[in-house]
Amino acid sequence: MAKTVDQYFDNLRDTRVWRSIFRSGTGSSTLKRSLAIQQNVFLHLFSTKVRRRMVSFSATWYLGTLTLGTFLILVVTGILLMLYYHPSVPQAYADTKDLQFVVSSGLFLRNLHRWSAHAMVFLVFAHMFKVFYRGAYRPPREFNWVIGVVLLLVTLLLSYTGYLLPWDQLAYWAITVGSNIASAVPVFGDKIHFMLLGGNLVNANALLRFYVLHCMILPLAAIFFIAIHFWRIRKDGGLYALSSEPSTLQKAALAKEAR
Amino acid sequence: MSTKDFVTGMDSNARKSPRRVAFITRRTSAQVKVADEETLQTFPEVLFRAAVAIEVMAIGLVTMALLFNAPLEGIADPSHTPNPAKAPWYFLGLQEMLHYFPPVVAGVLVPGLVVMALIVIPYFNINIEAEGIFLKDRQRRLQIFYIATGALILFLLLFHVFVALVPTLIVAAFMILAAQSSPQSSSALRRYLASKPLSYWIMSWFLFELAVLTAIGTFFRGPGWSWVWPWRS
Repeated sequence: MAKTVDQYFDNLRDTRVWRSIFRSGTGSSTLKRSLAIQQNVFLHLFSTKVRRRMVSFSATWYLGTLTLGTFLILVVTGILLMLYYHPSVPQAYADTKDLQFVVSSGLFLRNLHRWSAHAMVFLVFAHMFKVFYRGAYRPPREFNWVIGVVLLLVTLLLSYTGYLLPWDQLAYWAITVGSNIASAVPVFGDKIHFMLLGGNLVNANALLRFYVLHCMILPLAAIFFIAIHFWRIRKDGGLYALSSEPSTLQKAALAKEAR
Repeated sequence: MSTKDFVTGMDSNARKSPRRVAFITRRTSAQVKVADEETLQTFPEVLFRAAVAIEVMAIGLVTMALLFNAPLEGIADPSHTPNPAKAPWYFLGLQEMLHYFPPVVAGVLVPGLVVMALIVIPYFNINIEAEGIFLKDRQRRLQIFYIATGALILFLLLFHVFVALVPTLIVAAFMILAAQSSPQSSSALRRYLASKPLSYWIMSWFLFELAVLTAIGTFFRGPGWSWVWPWRS
């Protein structure tokens, strides 16, 4: 009898090398499936089980998952774009032009990065409103909501700093308009504006600063807070499902019944 | 074994609860906080669904990337200001407000307050309360509502922010309808509105304003931030 794909995979999972990497081993018992989550440094951020009704589309619209998806696409396309880009004036614009007309699939890479970035900003907002209307910010999940607000700001900054990098008219004037708002801060406004741009105007220094923020500091901050955000879901009792716990709402309902 | 004061039990369903041993003493009962409900294993079921969701979205984004090109204009030229110079779309709500208010209000105070308000939402009991706003203490709450809404409308009129007036009036109208409704109302919409707490109304108003101001900044503003109709270019 011919072996099925599953059996080949099981044989592979039984080899000494595989077992040295993934310790959970073969078999698909609940225990093994739990170990697959618990013994993986990345997956152990998640709980081993999820309530069935929280997996349905209507419960979350998968907005958090999709936001992570856009972030992953942005990391991959972003790294590839970095290979063709110099953060200097006027080379930055020439590199963007090359991406458009010279580099193989360069146009596609830039398009995908740009549209995914817009999608991520939109999805982060959508995720926030969905969580709010579900009431999922309520204790014990209040701190994870705060982390979410931080991630919203990080996302906006990521998108905003990336906006300057093509160094075209659109980029230049959008950042000029945006950064002028910083000058309106009382007392320290001009200092903040100068620090942000590395000068009084959007220039080569600003481009370099935005590049470092966009490709290094903000992605690291995002990864850091995303990890906490996911881990807190498990620590706070899993995805919030209505009446899965004695919430204020339920208490009120119970009190009403008791009366 | 009649003197035994606890019983030991093991769930016979190993798939459901591996190695779960329960000790239940006769004198106390286990405190049931959470109703047991059906769960799925994260690996592979939930991860598989997440992967499918991300892949479907990726297909959509790739299609979009193949069909539509990202904009690229001429090289940055500090001596040539385009008119209008617009920020990225998610900041156009702010830029629209800059049109009406001084920069320190529209650019610093309002966004600062919005971020602060978002952060503190889960720390105030009024936001955790899930009861309809007008179900309790109706008269006094209605008075406060009228004064607050009136002040907001006056403020918007004073600064000629007519575009922000429309969402405010619509949300206020729904709130008045909510005040006239109760959980016993005959229409489903009225029962729904009556059950909504204050946080729901504030957030909905914020969402509505955000959408309207962003849409106006994106589509309805032309040279000198003047009003233009997008279909008449």
